Amino acid sequence: MGNSIDLIFKIAGVGILVAVLSAILKHAGKEEQGHIVTLAGLAIVFMWVIQLLAALFEQVKSVFRLY
Amino acid sequence: MDVLQIVAIGLMATVLIGVLKSQRPELAVLLSVAAGVILFLLVLGKIGSIVVVITDLSSRAGISMVYLGTILKIIGIAYIAEFGAQICRDAGEGAVATKIEFAAKILIMVLAVPIVAAVLQSLLKLLG
Repeated sequence: MGNSIDLIFKIAGVGILVAVLSAILKHAGKEEQGHIVTLAGLAIVFMWVIQLLAALFEQVKSVFRLY
Repeated sequence: MDVLQIVAIGLMATVLIGVLKSQRPELAVLLSVAAGVILFLLVLGKIGSIVVVITDLSSRAGISMVYLGTILKIIGIAYIAEFGAQICRDAGEGAVATKIEFAAKILIMVLAVPIVAAVLQSLLKLLG
């Protein structure tokens, strides 16, 4: 329960961090690295969300007997 | 008070999505997915106990479990499809959302065909 609410804050934190980092890198003239940072942030967040989605699908499957 | 918790999570997620949307729209989509999943997981346990009660009532009424199972499956498919379609629509992909809904309708129809056939069969028995 508390774990899952942490996830919202974690995603928002990664998003803000990625936005700031890519702005800094863009300012320093390293736009390619900024793109890579964006992509890495997206991948990390995607992993978390995919795990959460898998948990949701499992629960829905067991509640609604969708075998 | 679960409702306070749910409203608090929703409001918090809304504010954070608003912050992220202008900078990183793709992460905002993932954040809204996470918020939706967490909110649904909070009430899924209660839905489970309601389903148990309905199953108990229908077994007492002598209704075949086949029909109840089909109805539960249809509700599950409808919920999952609606969830996915709304996320796609929020992200601006209305076309994908419409296709998800279409596919879910087909799957529901496939599940419902045996029931329709059973109804028609009993109707024919009554007539003949």
